[in-house]
Amino acid sequence: MDRVRVGFLPLVDAALPILARELGYAEAEGIDLELVKDMSWAAVCDRLIYRQTDAAHMVAPLALAATLGLGRPAVPLAVPFVLGLNGNAITLHPAIAAQVTEIGALQDVTITGQRLAALIRSQTRKLRFGVVHRYSSHNYMLRYWLSGCGIDPHHDVEIVTVAPPYAAEALADGEVDGICVGEPWNSVAVDRGVGVIVAVTAQIWQRGVEKVLTMRRDRMEEMGEPAHRLIRALYRAGEAFVDPERQDDIAALLAGADYLDGSAALIGRAMSNHILLAKDHAPVSVPDFMVQHREASNFPWVSQAAWLYAQMCRAGHVAPSDHDYELAKAVFRPDVYRAAMRNTGAALPGASAKLEGGITDPVGVGTVQGRLILGSDSFFDGRAFDPDNLAAAL
Amino acid sequence: MRVAIVDESPARAAVIREGLEASGLRDINLFTERRGLVAALNDLQPDVILMNLANPSRDMLEESFMVSRALARPIAMFVDQSDEDAIAQAVDAGVSAYVVDGLKTERIKAVLELAIKRFNAFARLQSELDEARTALADRKSVDAAKALLMKKRGMDEPAAYAALRKAAMDSGRRMADVADALLTAEKLMGGL
Repeated sequence: MDRVRVGFLPLVDAALPILARELGYAEAEGIDLELVKDMSWAAVCDRLIYRQTDAAHMVAPLALAATLGLGRPAVPLAVPFVLGLNGNAITLHPAIAAQVTEIGALQDVTITGQRLAALIRSQTRKLRFGVVHRYSSHNYMLRYWLSGCGIDPHHDVEIVTVAPPYAAEALADGEVDGICVGEPWNSVAVDRGVGVIVAVTAQIWQRGVEKVLTMRRDRMEEMGEPAHRLIRALYRAGEAFVDPERQDDIAALLAGADYLDGSAALIGRAMSNHILLAKDHAPVSVPDFMVQHREASNFPWVSQAAWLYAQMCRAGHVAPSDHDYELAKAVFRPDVYRAAMRNTGAALPGASAKLEGGITDPVGVGTVQGRLILGSDSFFDGRAFDPDNLAAAL
Repeated sequence: MRVAIVDESPARAAVIREGLEASGLRDINLFTERRGLVAALNDLQPDVILMNLANPSRDMLEESFMVSRALARPIAMFVDQSDEDAIAQAVDAGVSAYVVDGLKTERIKAVLELAIKRFNAFARLQSELDEARTALADRKSVDAAKALLMKKRGMDEPAAYAALRKAAMDSGRRMADVADALLTAEKLMGGL
């Protein structure tokens, strides 16, 4: 047995490493998987960089930021596996939500955004939004949506960092007017009656990359074959996660004190893509709310890293540079995923990058193994992102 | 050098302060509340911020450092990158440090080393306390189980103790666990 330590934050999308351990997939691959729970991405990142862990559940842009040396000394990281797509939501204070949406139903995000823009123009006080991390998909998705609706994320609003466990409290106390966080924290705010979900990030980008498995590049190389076995165990855990038969058991397991230490009912709702948008309303079905496994969603597309880098530039977190762009793209490692999943029956795309947002109807794509049909990956504004043309996105 | 200690455990913060003061540092400021932390640190402008690694406010603080308009921005875990050992020790001890750029490495290292020592000392204290508590709880269970055997089986104290010890040895369990099992069984059986 090879011991592998994996850091994580207590969020629904930490499910795959947890299940790989608890359901025995890691053991079956000869991996003694040890999980290390933390309460901040900073701690997850430090433990990974300073070798207390071998791999980590991480917000994807943070893997790029650490590689580029933003806020920390630069350490090249690698992402050989995507832990899931989307699963986040934008939750507003009920009084503000009432002015921009029909409470209890999911609206077209373009219309919600236009109403929000009108509200922002009509008042002098700046609205303040909380996101879970400076370098998070939450931050970049929120900014993408706001700017696509004519709201300047730099000047028209304020965006601050709020740790997920405090997000509901921050809404309740008026510290922030809205939050963009993962589950179960939106649902916690809704349950407490302090927030109303007005949008899910899948409406902004139908196939947005969310959490990733991150390793130090040198550690991954030195580890070799066991890293491949870890990837296979995570893949099997993904199959279990999307099996409706096992959903209740899995929700209960994730809710345990060692893991999310929360409500199995709330976790089960997110897993089944049923979201309660507002207190005292019925949950609504939100297809694609979180995509953890199907459509080869665990495959790390280089174009996903490219999109994130483009958003980091737009947010002013990095100055656009061809050199950094190449470094950022090289963090995502489809080659390692392919090597790990060869001869397993998993679908392996032939390409390593795609036109993000280019698919409007399900389409078959070329593979080197298995059959693969990708669903719509549209952005809400109908634009597409071409990784070969960074300038067009800036 | 102005130092800020951010810790949600006032006891640990005090232990660290004591250590730093003993080394001659005078300008040490404690923060144990999450609320208002960003503003308070902005006002204080510390040279070094020491924080427990697991503090949930770190992401929020790091964001505030990045957007800070102050000239000297604190950077995470910098010390001297060549000295990965020192940083690894800090991570092991559960310390994270933010240091404004330009401060002399030697001085920082001294402070960080002290902090690591105090963190470790606090962790040791904590585990000794936990052990003492467990020992006390264990003794209580064993005493209660002994009393039960003496009452129900008419044993004297040494015989009751020997019976518990033998059961523990035979089953490869701790005596306290055997005692707990006996007490649970007694409760379930309703004294039958």
